[in-house]
Amino acid sequence: MSVTVRIPTQLRTLTDGSGEVAAAGATLGEVIDDLESRFPGIGERILNAGELRRFVNLYVDGEDVRFLGGLQTPVAAGAAVAIIPAVAGG
Amino acid sequence: MSDPTTATLVADSASNIAALRCRECGRTYDVSPQHVCEMCFGPLEVVYDYQRIAATCSRASIEAGPQSIWRYEALLPAVGAERVDIGAGWTRLRPAPRLAAELGLDKLWIKSDAGNPTHSFKDRVVSVALSAARSFGYDVASCASTGNLANAVAAHAAAVGMRSVVFIPADLEPAKIAATSVYGGTVIGVDGSYDDVNRVCAELSGEREWAFVNMNLRPFYAEGSKSLAFEVAEQLGWRRPEAVVVPIASGSLLTKIAKGFRELDETGLVPAEAPVTVHGAQAAGCSPVATAFESGASEVQPVRPSTIAKSLAIGSPADGHYALEEVRSSGGAIASVPEADIAEGIRLLARTEGIFTETAGGVTIAALERLVASGAIGREQETVALITGIGLKTLDALPPPVPTATVRPSIDEVNRVLEEVLR
Repeated sequence: MSVTVRIPTQLRTLTDGSGEVAAAGATLGEVIDDLESRFPGIGERILNAGELRRFVNLYVDGEDVRFLGGLQTPVAAGAAVAIIPAVAGG
Repeated sequence: MSDPTTATLVADSASNIAALRCRECGRTYDVSPQHVCEMCFGPLEVVYDYQRIAATCSRASIEAGPQSIWRYEALLPAVGAERVDIGAGWTRLRPAPRLAAELGLDKLWIKSDAGNPTHSFKDRVVSVALSAARSFGYDVASCASTGNLANAVAAHAAAVGMRSVVFIPADLEPAKIAATSVYGGTVIGVDGSYDDVNRVCAELSGEREWAFVNMNLRPFYAEGSKSLAFEVAEQLGWRRPEAVVVPIASGSLLTKIAKGFRELDETGLVPAEAPVTVHGAQAAGCSPVATAFESGASEVQPVRPSTIAKSLAIGSPADGHYALEEVRSSGGAIASVPEADIAEGIRLLARTEGIFTETAGGVTIAALERLVASGAIGREQETVALITGIGLKTLDALPPPVPTATVRPSIDEVNRVLEEVLR
Protein backbone atom coordinates (compact mmCIF):
# COMPACT_ATOMS: atom_id res chain seq x y z
CA MET A 1 0.00 0.00 0.00
CA SER A 2 1.33 3.40 -0.91
CA VAL A 3 1.38 6.33 1.50
CA THR A 4 2.92 9.80 1.34
CA VAL A 5 5.56 10.77 3.87
CA ARG A 6 6.42 14.39 4.63
CA ILE A 7 10.14 14.78 5.24
CA PRO A 8 11.40 17.52 7.57
CA THR A 9 14.19 19.86 6.45
CA GLN A 10 16.69 18.03 8.65
CA LEU A 11 16.30 14.78 6.66
CA ARG A 12 16.06 16.18 3.15
CA THR A 13 19.76 15.67 2.50
CA LEU A 14 18.84 11.97 2.45
CA THR A 15 15.90 12.39 0.05
CA ASP A 16 17.68 14.49 -2.59
CA GLY A 17 16.01 17.58 -1.18
CA SER A 18 12.50 16.21 -1.50
CA GLY A 19 9.99 17.31 1.14
CA GLU A 20 7.49 14.56 0.34
CA VAL A 21 8.12 11.00 -0.81
CA ALA A 22 5.99 7.92 -1.42
CA ALA A 23 6.51 4.77 0.63
CA ALA A 24 4.88 1.39 1.10
CA GLY A 25 3.90 -0.60 4.16
CA ALA A 26 0.92 -1.82 6.16
CA THR A 27 2.24 -0.39 9.43
CA LEU A 28 4.31 2.65 10.32
CA GLY A 29 7.27 0.38 11.08
CA GLU A 30 7.06 -1.13 7.61
CA VAL A 31 6.87 2.33 6.06
CA ILE A 32 10.08 3.30 7.86
CA ASP A 33 11.75 0.06 6.69
CA ASP A 34 10.74 0.92 3.14
CA LEU A 35 12.11 4.45 3.48
CA GLU A 36 15.38 3.03 4.80
CA SER A 37 15.70 0.67 1.80
CA ARG A 38 15.41 3.59 -0.60
CA PHE A 39 17.05 6.37 1.43
CA PRO A 40 19.75 4.55 3.39
CA GLY A 41 20.47 6.15 6.76
CA ILE A 42 17.01 7.63 7.31
CA GLY A 43 15.96 4.81 9.65
CA GLU A 44 18.61 5.47 12.29
CA ARG A 45 17.77 9.16 12.27
CA ILE A 46 14.17 8.37 13.24
CA LEU A 47 14.72 5.30 15.40
CA ASN A 48 17.17 4.43 18.14
CA ALA A 49 17.46 0.74 19.04
CA GLY A 50 14.18 0.09 17.25
CA GLU A 51 12.26 2.76 19.19
CA LEU A 52 11.16 6.20 18.08
CA ARG A 53 13.72 8.76 19.10
CA ARG A 54 12.68 11.03 21.99
CA PHE A 55 12.58 14.20 19.92
CA VAL A 56 10.96 12.82 16.78
CA ASN A 57 7.21 13.03 16.46
CA LEU A 58 5.41 10.93 13.85
CA TYR A 59 1.88 11.54 12.70
CA VAL A 60 -0.51 9.44 10.65
CA ASP A 61 -3.25 11.58 9.10
CA GLY A 62 -2.52 14.32 11.61
CA GLU A 63 -2.63 12.08 14.68
CA ASP A 64 0.42 11.66 16.95
CA VAL A 65 1.26 7.94 16.75
CA ARG A 66 1.96 7.84 20.48
CA PHE A 67 -1.84 8.04 20.83
CA LEU A 68 -2.21 5.25 18.27
CA GLY A 69 -0.08 2.14 18.11
CA GLY A 70 3.40 3.64 17.84
CA LEU A 71 5.40 1.83 15.17
CA GLN A 72 2.64 -0.81 14.96
CA THR A 73 0.10 1.83 13.88
CA PRO A 74 -1.67 0.59 10.73
CA VAL A 75 -1.43 2.87 7.73
CA ALA A 76 -4.14 2.70 5.07
CA ALA A 77 -3.50 3.23 1.38
CA GLY A 78 -3.27 6.94 0.69
CA ALA A 79 -2.52 7.84 4.32
CA ALA A 80 -0.35 10.89 5.05
CA VAL A 81 2.60 10.25 7.34
CA ALA A 82 4.53 13.24 8.73
CA ILE A 83 7.92 13.22 10.47
CA ILE A 84 8.24 16.34 12.61
CA PRO A 85 10.79 17.48 15.20
CA ALA A 86 9.49 18.16 18.73
CA VAL A 87 8.97 21.87 19.36
CA ALA A 88 9.25 24.00 22.49
CA GLY A 89 6.23 25.91 23.79
CA GLY A 90 4.00 28.15 23.68
CA MET B 1 17.47 40.94 3.48
CA SER B 2 20.26 38.44 3.56
CA ASP B 3 19.28 34.81 3.17
CA PRO B 4 18.63 33.67 6.72
CA THR B 5 18.67 29.99 5.92
CA THR B 6 22.33 30.17 5.06
CA ALA B 7 23.27 32.88 7.53
CA THR B 8 25.96 31.84 9.95
CA LEU B 9 27.95 33.95 12.28
CA VAL B 10 31.66 33.84 11.98
CA ALA B 11 32.98 34.20 15.50
CA ASP B 12 32.55 37.89 15.85
CA SER B 13 34.47 39.70 18.53
CA ALA B 14 31.20 41.01 20.00
CA SER B 15 29.65 37.57 20.32
CA ASN B 16 29.76 35.44 23.44
CA ILE B 17 28.59 32.29 21.61
CA ALA B 18 31.06 29.73 20.38
CA ALA B 19 28.63 27.37 18.62
CA LEU B 20 25.35 25.52 18.87
CA ARG B 21 25.49 22.01 20.33
CA CYS B 22 23.02 19.13 20.43
CA ARG B 23 21.97 18.48 24.00
CA GLU B 24 21.51 14.77 23.20
CA CYS B 25 24.48 13.70 21.08
CA GLY B 26 26.89 16.63 21.43
CA ARG B 27 27.26 17.31 17.71
CA THR B 28 28.14 20.97 17.13
CA TYR B 29 26.83 23.42 14.56
CA ASP B 30 27.67 26.95 13.43
CA VAL B 31 25.73 29.73 15.12
CA SER B 32 22.72 29.83 12.79
CA PRO B 33 18.92 29.80 12.89
CA GLN B 34 18.33 26.11 13.44
CA HIS B 35 17.12 24.21 16.47
CA VAL B 36 17.21 20.50 15.71
CA CYS B 37 20.17 18.16 15.45
CA GLU B 38 20.27 16.63 11.99
CA MET B 39 21.53 13.36 13.40
CA CYS B 40 19.24 12.64 16.35
CA PHE B 41 16.62 15.44 16.39
CA GLY B 42 17.84 16.54 19.82
CA PRO B 43 17.48 20.24 20.71
CA LEU B 44 20.40 22.53 19.88
CA GLU B 45 21.67 24.76 22.64
CA VAL B 46 23.93 27.77 22.70
CA VAL B 47 27.52 27.12 23.80
CA TYR B 48 29.04 30.01 25.72
CA ASP B 49 32.61 30.85 26.51
CA TYR B 50 32.17 31.03 30.29
CA GLN B 51 35.77 31.95 30.99
CA ARG B 52 35.38 34.96 28.79
CA ILE B 53 32.06 35.84 30.39
CA ALA B 54 33.55 35.56 33.88
CA ALA B 55 36.42 37.80 32.85
CA THR B 56 34.19 40.55 31.50
CA CYS B 57 31.01 40.34 33.56
CA SER B 58 30.72 41.36 37.20
CA ARG B 59 27.99 42.31 39.65
CA ALA B 60 29.01 45.93 39.15
CA SER B 61 28.81 45.75 35.35
CA ILE B 62 25.35 44.18 35.59
CA GLU B 63 24.15 46.74 38.14
CA ALA B 64 25.25 49.53 35.79
CA GLY B 65 23.15 48.06 32.95
CA PRO B 66 19.60 48.83 31.81
CA GLN B 67 16.55 47.91 33.90
CA SER B 68 15.61 45.09 31.54
CA ILE B 69 16.80 41.57 30.73
CA TRP B 70 19.63 43.21 28.79
CA ARG B 71 21.45 44.02 32.01
CA TYR B 72 22.45 40.33 31.73
CA GLU B 73 23.58 40.70 28.12
CA ALA B 74 26.84 38.89 28.85
CA LEU B 75 24.83 35.78 29.81
CA LEU B 76 22.32 35.93 26.96
CA PRO B 77 23.07 34.81 23.40
CA ALA B 78 24.27 37.83 21.44
CA VAL B 79 24.24 36.89 17.76
CA GLY B 80 24.98 40.41 16.60
CA ALA B 81 24.44 44.01 17.62
CA GLU B 82 20.66 44.12 16.98
CA ARG B 83 18.44 44.48 20.07
CA VAL B 84 14.68 44.26 20.05
CA ASP B 85 14.08 45.72 23.49
CA ILE B 86 10.71 47.10 24.60
CA GLY B 87 11.56 46.76 28.27
CA ALA B 88 11.15 43.06 29.08
CA GLY B 89 12.39 42.01 32.46
CA TRP B 90 13.50 43.56 35.76
CA THR B 91 10.03 42.87 37.09
CA ARG B 92 9.27 43.08 40.79
CA LEU B 93 10.25 40.50 43.34
CA ARG B 94 7.89 41.13 46.22
CA PRO B 95 7.84 39.67 49.71
CA ALA B 96 4.56 37.79 50.23
CA PRO B 97 4.12 37.66 54.01
CA ARG B 98 0.35 37.30 54.08
CA LEU B 99 0.33 34.42 51.61
CA ALA B 100 3.28 32.87 53.47
CA ALA B 101 1.34 32.99 56.74
CA GLU B 102 -1.71 31.45 55.11
CA LEU B 103 0.33 28.58 53.65
CA GLY B 104 2.61 28.04 56.64
CA LEU B 105 5.90 29.33 55.23
CA ASP B 106 8.41 31.56 56.98
CA LYS B 107 9.71 33.40 53.92
CA LEU B 108 7.99 33.61 50.55
CA TRP B 109 8.58 35.89 47.57
CA ILE B 110 6.49 36.42 44.44
CA LYS B 111 8.33 37.18 41.23
CA SER B 112 5.59 38.68 39.05
CA ASP B 113 6.07 38.88 35.31
CA ALA B 114 2.61 40.42 34.97
CA GLY B 115 4.63 43.65 34.92
CA ASN B 116 6.30 42.89 31.60
CA PRO B 117 5.35 44.94 28.49
CA THR B 118 2.77 42.38 27.29
CA HIS B 119 2.18 41.08 30.82
CA SER B 120 3.82 37.67 30.73
CA PHE B 121 7.29 36.14 30.91
CA LYS B 122 7.20 35.59 27.15
CA ASP B 123 8.53 39.11 26.59
CA ARG B 124 11.87 37.85 27.90
CA VAL B 125 12.25 35.04 25.38
CA VAL B 126 10.87 37.06 22.48
CA SER B 127 13.23 39.97 23.09
CA VAL B 128 16.17 37.55 22.85
CA ALA B 129 14.72 35.61 19.89
CA LEU B 130 13.88 38.63 17.75
CA SER B 131 17.22 40.28 18.54
CA ALA B 132 18.84 37.17 17.07
CA ALA B 133 16.32 37.13 14.22
CA ARG B 134 17.19 40.70 13.24
CA SER B 135 20.88 39.88 13.36
CA PHE B 136 20.24 36.93 11.05
CA GLY B 137 18.34 39.19 8.65
CA TYR B 138 14.74 38.00 9.05
CA ASP B 139 11.88 40.41 8.51
CA VAL B 140 8.90 38.22 9.47
CA ALA B 141 8.36 37.03 13.05
CA SER B 142 6.19 33.98 13.71
CA CYS B 143 5.32 31.45 16.39
CA ALA B 144 2.92 28.76 17.53
CA SER B 145 1.35 30.04 20.72
CA THR B 146 -1.06 29.35 23.55
CA GLY B 147 -1.59 33.13 23.66
CA ASN B 148 1.04 34.91 25.70
CA LEU B 149 3.78 34.18 23.20
CA ALA B 150 1.61 35.53 20.39
CA ASN B 151 1.09 38.76 22.35
CA ALA B 152 4.83 39.16 22.88
CA VAL B 153 5.81 38.35 19.29
CA ALA B 154 3.22 40.73 17.82
CA ALA B 155 4.27 43.58 20.14
CA HIS B 156 8.02 43.19 19.72
CA ALA B 157 7.66 42.85 15.94
CA ALA B 158 5.48 45.98 15.77
CA ALA B 159 8.00 47.99 17.76
CA VAL B 160 10.75 47.41 15.20
CA GLY B 161 8.58 47.36 12.08
CA MET B 162 8.75 43.62 11.47
CA ARG B 163 5.75 41.79 10.07
CA SER B 164 4.26 39.18 12.43
CA VAL B 165 2.25 36.07 11.55
CA VAL B 166 1.25 34.08 14.63
CA PHE B 167 -0.67 30.84 15.03
CA ILE B 168 -2.98 30.07 17.96
CA PRO B 169 -5.65 27.51 18.87
CA ALA B 170 -8.88 29.04 17.55
CA ASP B 171 -10.63 28.63 20.93
CA LEU B 172 -8.16 30.80 22.85
CA GLU B 173 -9.32 33.29 25.50
CA PRO B 174 -10.75 36.40 23.73
CA ALA B 175 -8.43 38.73 25.67
CA LYS B 176 -5.35 36.89 24.39
CA ILE B 177 -6.58 37.19 20.81
CA ALA B 178 -7.37 40.90 21.28
CA ALA B 179 -3.98 41.49 22.90
CA THR B 180 -2.33 40.04 19.79
CA SER B 181 -4.47 41.50 17.00
CA VAL B 182 -4.17 45.03 18.33
CA TYR B 183 -0.52 45.20 17.23
CA GLY B 184 -1.55 44.93 13.60
CA GLY B 185 0.01 41.61 12.68
CA THR B 186 -1.65 38.55 11.21
CA VAL B 187 -3.29 36.08 13.61
CA ILE B 188 -4.22 32.63 12.33
CA GLY B 189 -6.57 30.53 14.49
CA VAL B 190 -6.14 26.80 14.01
CA ASP B 191 -9.07 24.48 14.77
CA GLY B 192 -7.29 22.18 17.19
CA SER B 193 -5.12 22.02 20.29
CA TYR B 194 -1.81 23.79 20.81
CA ASP B 195 -0.10 20.55 19.87
CA ASP B 196 -1.91 20.68 16.52
CA VAL B 197 -0.83 24.31 16.04
CA ASN B 198 2.73 23.29 16.82
CA ARG B 199 2.68 20.48 14.28
CA VAL B 200 1.39 22.74 11.52
CA CYS B 201 3.96 25.44 12.33
CA ALA B 202 6.79 22.93 12.46
CA GLU B 203 5.88 21.88 8.93
CA LEU B 204 5.45 25.47 7.81
CA SER B 205 8.85 26.43 9.19
CA GLY B 206 10.41 24.12 6.61
CA GLU B 207 8.74 26.11 3.84
CA ARG B 208 8.85 29.74 4.97
CA GLU B 209 11.94 31.78 5.64
CA TRP B 210 10.48 33.33 8.74
CA ALA B 211 11.79 33.70 12.26
CA PHE B 212 9.65 31.15 14.13
CA VAL B 213 10.74 32.18 17.60
CA ASN B 214 10.07 28.81 19.25
CA MET B 215 11.34 26.76 16.31
CA ASN B 216 14.32 27.86 14.24
CA LEU B 217 15.14 30.57 16.81
CA ARG B 218 14.58 28.27 19.80
CA PRO B 219 18.22 27.98 20.93
CA PHE B 220 18.25 31.76 21.42
CA TYR B 221 14.61 32.15 22.50
CA ALA B 222 14.81 29.62 25.33
CA GLU B 223 17.85 31.31 26.87
CA GLY B 224 15.77 34.40 27.62
CA SER B 225 14.07 32.54 30.47
CA LYS B 226 17.36 32.38 32.40
CA SER B 227 16.93 36.08 33.13
CA LEU B 228 14.25 35.16 35.69
CA ALA B 229 16.85 33.29 37.73
CA PHE B 230 19.38 36.10 37.35
CA GLU B 231 16.87 38.72 38.48
CA VAL B 232 15.69 36.70 41.47
CA ALA B 233 19.29 36.29 42.67
CA GLU B 234 20.21 39.94 42.13
CA GLN B 235 16.99 41.20 43.72
CA LEU B 236 17.64 39.03 46.77
CA GLY B 237 20.97 40.86 47.13
CA TRP B 238 23.09 38.50 45.01
CA ARG B 239 22.07 35.30 46.68
CA ARG B 240 19.84 32.39 45.75
CA PRO B 241 16.56 31.25 47.26
CA GLU B 242 16.35 27.72 48.63
CA ALA B 243 13.36 26.73 46.49
CA VAL B 244 11.49 27.97 43.42
CA VAL B 245 8.07 26.94 42.10
CA VAL B 246 7.70 27.13 38.31
CA PRO B 247 4.72 26.25 36.09
CA ILE B 248 5.38 23.61 33.43
CA ALA B 249 3.97 23.79 29.91
CA SER B 250 6.68 22.70 27.45
CA GLY B 251 9.19 22.45 30.32
CA SER B 252 11.53 25.00 28.77
CA LEU B 253 11.00 27.73 31.40
CA LEU B 254 11.76 25.42 34.33
CA THR B 255 14.79 23.93 32.60
CA LYS B 256 16.26 27.34 31.82
CA ILE B 257 15.64 28.74 35.29
CA ALA B 258 17.64 25.86 36.73
CA LYS B 259 20.36 26.55 34.17
CA GLY B 260 20.35 30.24 35.07
CA PHE B 261 21.05 29.52 38.74
CA ARG B 262 23.88 27.16 37.72
CA GLU B 263 25.42 29.79 35.47
CA LEU B 264 25.52 32.27 38.33
CA ASP B 265 27.73 29.75 40.10
CA GLU B 266 29.85 28.91 37.05
CA THR B 267 30.61 32.56 36.37
CA GLY B 268 31.35 33.30 40.03
CA LEU B 269 28.54 35.86 40.28
CA VAL B 270 26.74 33.91 43.00
CA PRO B 271 28.78 30.95 44.25
CA ALA B 272 26.50 28.09 45.24
CA GLU B 273 26.62 26.16 48.47
CA ALA B 274 23.71 23.94 47.42
CA PRO B 275 21.48 23.70 44.34
CA VAL B 276 18.22 25.63 44.33
CA THR B 277 15.42 23.10 44.71
CA VAL B 278 13.23 23.42 41.64
CA HIS B 279 9.55 22.45 41.93
CA GLY B 280 7.08 22.19 39.05
CA ALA B 281 3.36 22.97 38.75
CA GLN B 282 0.83 21.51 36.33
CA ALA B 283 -2.95 21.48 36.05
CA ALA B 284 -4.63 18.08 36.39
CA GLY B 285 -6.24 18.56 32.98
CA CYS B 286 -2.80 18.55 31.37
CA SER B 287 -0.19 17.02 33.64
CA PRO B 288 2.03 14.71 31.58
CA VAL B 289 5.21 15.79 33.39
CA ALA B 290 3.66 15.51 36.85
CA THR B 291 2.39 12.05 35.94
CA ALA B 292 5.88 10.94 34.85
CA PHE B 293 7.35 12.40 38.05
CA GLU B 294 4.82 10.57 40.18
CA SER B 295 5.35 7.23 38.46
CA GLY B 296 9.14 7.45 38.41
CA ALA B 297 9.22 7.34 34.59
CA SER B 298 12.02 9.07 32.71
CA GLU B 299 9.97 9.62 29.57
CA VAL B 300 6.90 11.80 29.37
CA GLN B 301 3.83 10.24 27.74
CA PRO B 302 1.75 12.79 25.81
CA VAL B 303 -1.84 13.57 26.84
CA ARG B 304 -4.77 15.38 25.26
CA PRO B 305 -5.10 18.61 27.24
CA SER B 306 -8.37 19.57 28.88
CA THR B 307 -7.62 22.40 31.27
CA ILE B 308 -8.75 25.96 31.87
CA ALA B 309 -5.05 26.86 32.19
CA LYS B 310 -4.69 27.25 28.45
CA SER B 311 -1.21 28.73 28.62
CA LEU B 312 -0.09 25.42 30.18
CA ALA B 313 -2.11 23.20 27.82
CA ILE B 314 0.75 21.46 26.05
CA GLY B 315 0.05 17.74 25.92
CA SER B 316 3.33 16.84 24.28
CA PRO B 317 5.94 18.90 26.14
CA ALA B 318 9.20 19.03 24.16
CA ASP B 319 11.36 19.76 27.21
CA GLY B 320 9.35 17.64 29.63
CA HIS B 321 12.14 15.10 29.91
CA TYR B 322 14.68 17.78 30.86
CA ALA B 323 12.27 19.43 33.29
CA LEU B 324 11.85 16.06 35.02
CA GLU B 325 15.63 15.70 35.28
CA GLU B 326 16.06 19.18 36.77
CA VAL B 327 13.33 18.65 39.34
CA ARG B 328 14.64 15.23 40.38
CA SER B 329 18.31 16.18 40.52
CA SER B 330 17.56 19.24 42.66
CA GLY B 331 15.38 17.29 45.09
CA GLY B 332 12.17 19.00 44.03
CA ALA B 333 8.69 17.71 43.24
CA ILE B 334 5.96 18.35 40.67
CA ALA B 335 2.44 18.99 41.90
CA SER B 336 -0.65 18.42 39.80
CA VAL B 337 -3.49 20.71 40.75
CA PRO B 338 -7.19 19.81 40.42
CA GLU B 339 -8.93 22.05 37.92
CA ALA B 340 -11.30 23.34 40.59
CA ASP B 341 -8.35 24.66 42.62
CA ILE B 342 -6.98 26.89 39.84
CA ALA B 343 -9.46 29.74 40.31
CA GLU B 344 -9.01 29.38 44.08
CA GLY B 345 -5.24 29.82 43.59
CA ILE B 346 -5.89 33.01 41.59
CA ARG B 347 -8.17 34.36 44.36
CA LEU B 348 -5.79 33.36 47.14
CA LEU B 349 -2.89 35.33 45.64
CA ALA B 350 -5.16 38.28 44.89
CA ARG B 351 -6.71 38.52 48.36
CA THR B 352 -3.49 37.99 50.31
CA GLU B 353 -0.97 39.93 48.20
CA GLY B 354 -2.90 42.15 45.80
CA ILE B 355 -1.55 40.37 42.70
CA PHE B 356 -3.96 39.32 39.96
CA THR B 357 -2.54 36.42 37.98
CA GLU B 358 -3.82 34.34 35.10
CA THR B 359 -4.75 30.67 35.27
CA ALA B 360 -1.10 29.55 35.02
CA GLY B 361 -0.38 31.59 38.15
CA GLY B 362 -3.41 30.04 39.82
CA VAL B 363 -1.87 26.64 39.08
CA THR B 364 1.46 27.79 40.55
CA ILE B 365 -0.10 29.09 43.77
CA ALA B 366 -2.31 26.01 44.19
CA ALA B 367 0.76 23.83 43.57
CA LEU B 368 2.78 25.80 46.12
CA GLU B 369 0.02 25.17 48.65
CA ARG B 370 0.19 21.42 47.96
CA LEU B 371 3.98 21.30 48.04
CA VAL B 372 4.03 22.97 51.45
CA ALA B 373 1.23 20.76 52.76
CA SER B 374 3.05 17.60 51.63
CA GLY B 375 6.34 18.71 53.15
CA ALA B 376 8.09 18.90 49.75
CA ILE B 377 8.78 22.52 50.68
CA GLY B 378 9.77 22.93 54.31
CA ARG B 379 8.35 25.79 56.42
CA GLU B 380 11.81 27.29 56.91
CA GLN B 381 12.83 27.17 53.24
CA GLU B 382 13.03 30.57 51.58
CA THR B 383 10.85 30.12 48.49
CA VAL B 384 10.14 32.08 45.31
CA ALA B 385 6.94 31.44 43.32
CA LEU B 386 7.04 32.54 39.69
CA ILE B 387 3.92 34.30 38.51
CA THR B 388 4.24 34.25 34.76
CA GLY B 389 1.22 36.24 33.54
CA ILE B 390 -1.62 38.66 34.31
CA GLY B 391 -5.18 37.77 35.30
CA LEU B 392 -6.90 40.20 32.93
CA LYS B 393 -6.19 37.85 30.03
CA THR B 394 -8.09 34.90 31.56
CA LEU B 395 -11.20 36.48 33.07
CA ASP B 396 -13.35 33.58 31.89
CA ALA B 397 -11.70 31.36 34.51
CA LEU B 398 -13.42 33.36 37.24
CA PRO B 399 -17.14 33.71 38.08
CA PRO B 400 -19.03 36.19 35.86
CA PRO B 401 -17.87 39.73 36.72
CA VAL B 402 -20.67 41.31 38.70
CA PRO B 403 -20.46 43.74 41.63
CA THR B 404 -21.05 42.50 45.17
CA ALA B 405 -24.28 44.50 45.04
CA THR B 406 -25.86 47.11 42.78
CA VAL B 407 -27.75 50.03 44.26
CA ARG B 408 -29.63 53.14 43.24
CA PRO B 409 -27.64 56.40 43.77
CA SER B 410 -29.10 56.91 47.24
CA ILE B 411 -27.10 57.14 50.44
CA ASP B 412 -29.88 55.45 52.41
CA GLU B 413 -29.90 52.48 50.07
CA VAL B 414 -26.08 52.28 50.10
CA ASN B 415 -26.09 52.16 53.87
CA ARG B 416 -28.82 49.54 53.96
CA VAL B 417 -26.94 47.30 51.50
CA LEU B 418 -23.62 47.81 53.33
CA GLU B 419 -25.30 46.64 56.53
CA GLU B 420 -25.96 43.35 54.77
CA VAL B 421 -22.82 42.76 52.75
CA LEU B 422 -20.30 43.83 55.41
CA ARG B 423 -21.94 41.73 58.13
